[in-house]
Amino acid sequence: MALNITVEFLGGLDVTFNKQRVWQLSVPIPQDKGQVTMEDLINYIVNTMIADKNSVGDFVEDGTVRPGILTLINDTDWELEGEGAYVLEKGDVISFTSTLHGG
Amino acid sequence: MSYTPPTDPTNKQPVKLSQLCEICHSRKAIIRRPKNLQKICKLCFYHVFETEIHNTIVSTKLFYPGETVAVGASGGKDSTVLAYIMKLLNERHHYGINIVLLSVDEGIVGYRDDSLATVKRNQKQYNLPLEIVSYKELYNWTMDEIVEIVGIRNSCTYCGVLRRQALDRGANKLGIKHVVTGHNADDMAETVLMNILRGDVARLEKSTAILTESNGSPIKRSKPFKYMYQKEIVLYAHYKKLDYFSTECTYAPEAFRGTAREYMKNLEAIRPSCIIDIIHSGENLVLKPKQAKKKTTVKKSTANKNKIQNENTEDNKQVFVDGNRCERCGYLSSNKICKACILLEGLEMNRPKVNVSNAHEDSEDGAAKNLRTLERLHF
Repeated sequence: MALNITVEFLGGLDVTFNKQRVWQLSVPIPQDKGQVTMEDLINYIVNTMIADKNSVGDFVEDGTVRPGILTLINDTDWELEGEGAYVLEKGDVISFTSTLHGG
Repeated sequence: MSYTPPTDPTNKQPVKLSQLCEICHSRKAIIRRPKNLQKICKLCFYHVFETEIHNTIVSTKLFYPGETVAVGASGGKDSTVLAYIMKLLNERHHYGINIVLLSVDEGIVGYRDDSLATVKRNQKQYNLPLEIVSYKELYNWTMDEIVEIVGIRNSCTYCGVLRRQALDRGANKLGIKHVVTGHNADDMAETVLMNILRGDVARLEKSTAILTESNGSPIKRSKPFKYMYQKEIVLYAHYKKLDYFSTECTYAPEAFRGTAREYMKNLEAIRPSCIIDIIHSGENLVLKPKQAKKKTTVKKSTANKNKIQNENTEDNKQVFVDGNRCERCGYLSSNKICKACILLEGLEMNRPKVNVSNAHEDSEDGAAKNLRTLERLHF
């Protein structure tokens, strides 16, 4: 079983992800839990999508998304959706936008 | 490079009562404002964001009708939102100003050429005139050439000094006397923090001014985004699908500024209001008048001769106050020769022997070079 969602890396964060902004992901759903949370998604991204392990720090810090990166769940700030505890639904759009990159 | 807008979410969930916007009480709240932790919906966010900037502009009397204003446009998020908002508010509230986009081409391949392409797209999207001034035509140097000589470590120092002048000169060329920049609350708090950490009290006082004007300088600078959080600017650009450029400059930021920025972001995560609080502190810190201090030092020097000499030098100093001009380029400068000319002179001396000096630097700066590499790895 897998969950199909859209994940976006914006505001310059795409550099860490092979310069690809929009990703269609099939995140495996663990059988014992039967659901995928934002925390699971972040772990999944860190473990499978960052080729250069040195740049993991560009995305996460202390087990959560690095301060300065905006996380939106269907365009809503994840602070209002329970952050890591949010249970993902099929078709969700998750975006990570860096505010740290200059311009 | 073209622009890919963010994807629109399609999942619509029924809205719970506790999720409603705290302003209109009718739509789902999508953000929590860092300033006051208010939960608001997208439309109320647009309204609040735009109105706050309008209020800042009106309460500080930033513009007068008929004024021509240049927006310092880099193609980045802040200046893109600034250009959009300036045009919007000018039309909505009838400021009666003419807006021109002004860009500086530092000559950094793989960074500025891409971001200038964004500015050119913005020019068409917003239908505003655009003027580009380049370091090459102004100083006969590109940043790439300068970095080759001075090293990555010093790049920000040179670039900063040269860009300030470049914007002024660009505005001058167009006969514009007012440049607005996209500096936001985060930038300002970061600068206050850095000035405190460096003990740079003289700059501390000036750093929070929304409008900077020097005597004798025909061009004033202002920051309409002074009170706007970086987070809200990015969200605004995201929801409005504004086309902005976001790649870090090839020459990594100053290590000190980078650390200060990271520190601020960590503070913000714990206490979101801290950014506006730091600005408030900066605004209210005022230096004691300096004169009293000078007199005591003069009194301490026992000999009368010293006293006379001191007075003489003080008199001399007064000649070089604000409004003085650089002897070489005529640009406003508190010294005989402005900082840009001093930096450029140093560069010119190095130009013919680029290879020699590079080899020399390598052998001499062994330790420093390692440090540099480590710093880069860390960020």
